[in-house]
Amino acid sequence: MKLAATIFLIPLLLAAGIVLRPLIATEIPQGERRSGYTFMGPETKAMQDDDTANPGMLGALDGEALWNRKASAAGKACADCHGDARASMKGVAARYPTYDKPLGRPVNLEQRINLCRARHQEADPFPYEKHDLLALTTYVAEQSRGMAIAPDAAPELEPFLAKGRDFFMHRQGQLNLGCTNCHDDNWDKHLAGSPVTQAIPNGYPIYRLEWQSLGSLQRRLRNCINGMRAQNFDFGAPELVELELYLMSRARGMPMETPAVRP
Amino acid sequence: MAAALINVPKKAKNGDVIEIKTLMSHIMETGFRHTTSGVVIPRDIITSFTCRFEGEEIFRADLFPGTAANPFISFFTVASKSGKFDFEWIGDNGFSETASASITVE
Amino acid sequence: MQRRDTSTRRRFLKLAGGTAAIGVLPAMISVSPAEATPEMMATAIRTVTGGAPVQTGKVKLDIPPLVENGNSVPMTVSVTSPMTPTDYVKSIHVFNEKNPQPNLGNFYLGPRAGRAQISTRVRLADSQKIVAIAKLSDGSFWSVSADVVVTLAACTEEVI
Repeated sequence: MKLAATIFLIPLLLAAGIVLRPLIATEIPQGERRSGYTFMGPETKAMQDDDTANPGMLGALDGEALWNRKASAAGKACADCHGDARASMKGVAARYPTYDKPLGRPVNLEQRINLCRARHQEADPFPYEKHDLLALTTYVAEQSRGMAIAPDAAPELEPFLAKGRDFFMHRQGQLNLGCTNCHDDNWDKHLAGSPVTQAIPNGYPIYRLEWQSLGSLQRRLRNCINGMRAQNFDFGAPELVELELYLMSRARGMPMETPAVRP
Repeated sequence: MAAALINVPKKAKNGDVIEIKTLMSHIMETGFRHTTSGVVIPRDIITSFTCRFEGEEIFRADLFPGTAANPFISFFTVASKSGKFDFEWIGDNGFSETASASITVE
Repeated sequence: MQRRDTSTRRRFLKLAGGTAAIGVLPAMISVSPAEATPEMMATAIRTVTGGAPVQTGKVKLDIPPLVENGNSVPMTVSVTSPMTPTDYVKSIHVFNEKNPQPNLGNFYLGPRAGRAQISTRVRLADSQKIVAIAKLSDGSFWSVSADVVVTLAACTEEVI
C-alpha cells in the first residue's frame, strides 16, 4: 500500500473503531525483483565490474591468504579440510543462512566460519566486523559469484523465516516505520537523494562507498535500523540472522555479486 | 593486508599505448575527522605513487587527503620493449609498499 | 566511522534526528575545521602555475555531475595532445574549492605516456567546483572546470 494511502486510511479506520494493526504489504513480485546494482550510477557499476578497480577484491585476496593459513598453532587451515575454495566453496554462500543442528537455529556465513574455527580448527572466533572475518567471508562468498541464490530449504528454518518476515513487515521505532514501507512500497523513489532499493542482499560482504571499506549485511541492517530510529541489535543477534534469512529468501534466484560495490 | 591489485597487459606490440590500473589497500585517514570526544584522528595517507619501467620513472602522482580510501590510479604508457614495471607507494608513518609486473613486447 | 561533515544540511539532519531519538544532544557532533575557500583554491593553483596565464581548452574532466557518495567519486582527466617528444603533457593538477584542502592530486606524465589521461577516485565534502589544469611541455597551462553535486547517504551509521 502506498504510504500516502496509508496515512489517509488511518483516520478512517480509527473513526470506524477498527483497531489499527500493522498493514501487511505484499512482497515485490518475483518478476520485478532487481539487484541493488541496477539502482547505481554507471561509474559505481563500473567499479564493481572491474576486478582491478573493485576495492572489495582486495579483501577477497586477504581472505584467500587466511584460507590457506593455519588458524592457530595447533589447528588446521581451512584448506586442510576444504582444499581449494574455488571448488569446495562453490555455491555455499548462495545457500546461507543455513540451519545448524547442534545450535538448533540458523547461522549466517560469518557464524559458520567462527563455528568451524571453534569446532574444527582449535581457534578463537574472529570478532565481528573486523577485517579478518570480513576478508574470509568475502573470499568464500566470492566463490558463488554469478550463481543463483538458493536458500536452504530445511523445514526447521520455517519458524525462523516467519520471524524474519514479521520483523520486516511490522512498524517499529520512533518513526513507526517498517522495512516494507520503503523497500516493498516505495522502491525506486528517492530518500535524501539516494534511490530506495528493494533490500536484496545479493552482494555481501559489500564494499560500501559510505563506509570506505568492506562490511557485512548485519552492519548494513544495523545502519537501517538506526535510520528507522528503532531498537537495534548486536552483531550476531538471532533477530538479525532471522532477518538475513528472510532477506535472502527475497533474493531467491538472483545472482550473487560478492564482492559488490554499493553507495 | 593484501597490498595491491595491478592490471598490466601481459603482452603488447611495440608502440601500443597500454593502460595500467593500480589499486592499493589504504585507509587514507584525512586528518580532519574527530572522535566523539573532539580529539583529532591523525592524518595517515599515501602521499606519493611512482611507476618505473626498467628503472626509469614513467609516471608519478602526489596524493592528498582528498584521495578516496583504497586509492585507485590508472594511467597510460607506450609499450616499447619487454621488461618489468615497478610500483611504489609511500606515505605517512613510514608507509612503503611495492609491487611489480612484467610485460612482453613483440 | 563517521566522515567529516561540512554541509549544514547534514549537520541539521543529524542534530534534528538525534534530538528526536534521545531528546538530548547527539553523541557525535562534527566540529568543522576551517573549510577551503575559492581563495585557497586560487592560491593552490598559483603555486602550480607561478602566476602564468591559464587558458581554457584541451583538458577534459569526466566526473559524475550528481555523485552517489562523496566518499569515493571516480574522476578521469584527459588532455588533447600528440604526446610526442617535443609536444607532450608534463603534468595534470586537480583542485577543488570546498574540501578542507584544495588539492585533489598532481599527476606527472612525460612523452612516453602515450595518452595524457589519468583516472582516480576523490573525496568531495560538498557540492562544489572542480578544476583540472594541464601543464604542457612548452610551458603553457590549460584548464577546465566542472560543477559537481554531492548528496548525502540516507541511512548513515552513528558512532555507538
